[in-house]
Amino acid sequence: MKYEPVIGLEVHVELATESKIFCGCPVVDSVEAEPNIAVCPVCSAMPGTLPVVNERAVEYAMRVGMALGCKIEPVSIFARKNYFYPDLPKGYQISQFEEPLATNGEMLIETEDGEKVIRVLRAHLEEDAGKLTHVEGASLVDLNRAGVPLLEIVSQPDMHSAAEARAYAENLREILRYLGVNSGDMEKGVIRFEANTSVRPVGTEKLGIRTEVKNLNSFRSMEDAINCEIARQSKVLDEGGEVDQVTMGWDEEKGQTYVMRGKEDAHDYRYFPEPDLPPLKVDDAWRKRVRADLPELPRAKFERFLADFKLSEYDAKVLVSDRAIAEYFEETVNNGAKPKAVANWMTGELFALMNQTEVSIDEIKVTPKALAELISLVSEGKINKNTAKEVLGEIFKSGKNPQAIVEKKGLAQVSDTALISGFVSSVINAHPDEVTSYRSGKTGVANWLFGQVMREARGRANPQILREELMKQLDG
Amino acid sequence: MPLKLEEVDHIAKLARLDLSAEEKARYRVQLSDILDHIAKLNELDTTGISPTANAFQGTSATRADKVHKSLSTADLLKNAPDADKNQFKVPAVFGEKK
Repeated sequence: MKYEPVIGLEVHVELATESKIFCGCPVVDSVEAEPNIAVCPVCSAMPGTLPVVNERAVEYAMRVGMALGCKIEPVSIFARKNYFYPDLPKGYQISQFEEPLATNGEMLIETEDGEKVIRVLRAHLEEDAGKLTHVEGASLVDLNRAGVPLLEIVSQPDMHSAAEARAYAENLREILRYLGVNSGDMEKGVIRFEANTSVRPVGTEKLGIRTEVKNLNSFRSMEDAINCEIARQSKVLDEGGEVDQVTMGWDEEKGQTYVMRGKEDAHDYRYFPEPDLPPLKVDDAWRKRVRADLPELPRAKFERFLADFKLSEYDAKVLVSDRAIAEYFEETVNNGAKPKAVANWMTGELFALMNQTEVSIDEIKVTPKALAELISLVSEGKINKNTAKEVLGEIFKSGKNPQAIVEKKGLAQVSDTALISGFVSSVINAHPDEVTSYRSGKTGVANWLFGQVMREARGRANPQILREELMKQLDG
Repeated sequence: MPLKLEEVDHIAKLARLDLSAEEKARYRVQLSDILDHIAKLNELDTTGISPTANAFQGTSATRADKVHKSLSTADLLKNAPDADKNQFKVPAVFGEKK
C-alpha cells in the first residue's frame, strides 16, 4: 500500500547567552572546555540554592518566538520535570510545561510542490543537562553544560517527507543565526532534533501510531532517521502488523533506528509548577523593546533583494543565507557598485577565495568599499575581468586599495587601438596555418587566435577592441 | 480510597526505592491517608478562580546576563563520593536517556 508520512519536529536550541539560565556561571564550549570549570552551587544543585532567571535568555527566546510569528504569553510558568539521571544534578529539569513562553507560530518552507506553511505549536525555555562519558565500569559527569539555557521549539505534525523536515530545520537554523541567539554550529551540538514520525494510508485522515527518535545532531542524521522510520513503519503495516509507540535512538554507523524504550516504560515526569520561580511576566513595554530590536529576517530580506536589486532568485537566496554576507552585499552596493555585478563577484570569485582559505566574511581583508571600487574599474574599462580577478586575489591577501594595485603592477587595461593592432599583426604573422584554416571556413580558430593575442598583451588588452582588430585583420 | 498496591509499586519505582512487602503495605496506608487528607480541598468550590502556580504574587525577578565566579573544580568535587579526571564518578549508566 502507499503511505503518507506525517512528521513533527522538536528542536532543542542552546541560547548563546554569556551566563547560564538560572545562575551566573559562564556558558562555555562544551566540546573544548576542561570539565567542571563552569559550575557553581546553583547548577550543581547544592541544598538551599535558588534559581534566578537570566533576562537575556528570556529575550532571546522572545526573539525566536516573534520571528516565528508566535504569541508571546504575558505570563508563562516554569515547571519541574522529574527524572533521575546522573547528568541532572537536581533530579528534575526546570522547564515549561502547561504554560510556555511562546505559542502558535508558523514557518514558511520551500518544497518540491511550492511553498508550504508549517505550524509551530510552542516554544518554551528550559535548562540543559550535563554531559556523561562512559568509562570502564563507571560514568563520568561534567556539569559545564548543566543549566545552559535551551529553547525547545515544537512543530505541529505538518511535514510529509524527510526533505520537508530538513527544509524546516535548515530554515530554523538560518533564522536563529540571523537573530544572533545561536551560532548554528551543529558539530558543537548547539541544535538538536527529535523527530516524531508516523505513516497513514494515502488519502486517509486518521493519524497512525508515531515513534519518536531522539538525539539527532545533524540534518543528515535527522533526514536519514526519518526515512528509516517511514520505510520500517510502512513495512510493518504492509505485513499486517501494528506500529508500536516507542522511543527510539539512531545508530549512525548502522544507519538504523533502534528501540530505546517501549510504551510501558514511558516516563512519568510528574510535572508540577516550580515553587522556586514565580510566574514569568512579560509586559507590553518589554515585548515592544524586544520587537524593536528584531533584525530583518531572511525571508523579508530575500523578497527585498528580488524587488530592489532585481537579483535572480538563486543569487538572492545565496546572499541572504547568512546575515553577514547579506550585509556585506548591501554595503558594497551602497558604495556605488551594480547589484548584479556585486552578486556575481561575491558568489563567484570572492566565495572561492574564502573557501580556499577557510576565512569567513567577517574576517576578510577585502572591504565592501574595495570590492565596489574594483567593480567600477572593470565597468569603466580600466582593467578587464581577468585582471580584476588577479587584483581581487591581491586585495584578498594584502587588503590594499585596488587602484593602487593596478598602478603599482602596471595592470591597467590597454585600450590603445594601434598597440593592440600591433599584437594582432604579430600573432597573425606567427601562425599562417591557423589563419589559412580560419579563412577556409573553420571560424572556431578565431577564439584560439584571440587567446594568443591576449597572451601577447599579457592579459591586459581591452577584449572588445582586441576582437574588433582581430576580425578586421582576419576578414580584411 | 486506598491506593492500589500497583500504584505504590509505581511510585516506589519512580523514587528508586526498593521496598519490602511489609513496607509497601505500611506506606500504602500512610500514602492513602495523606491523599485523603489533601482531598478535603476538593470540597471547596473553585469555580471562576484561576489556578495558582506559585505562592508569590509579585512580578518575576530576573537577573542581568552577567558572569559570576564559578566554584573551583577541586571545591566542586570535594563532597563527591568518587571522582576521576576532574569529574564526578558514578556507577555506569548506559543506553536510555530522558
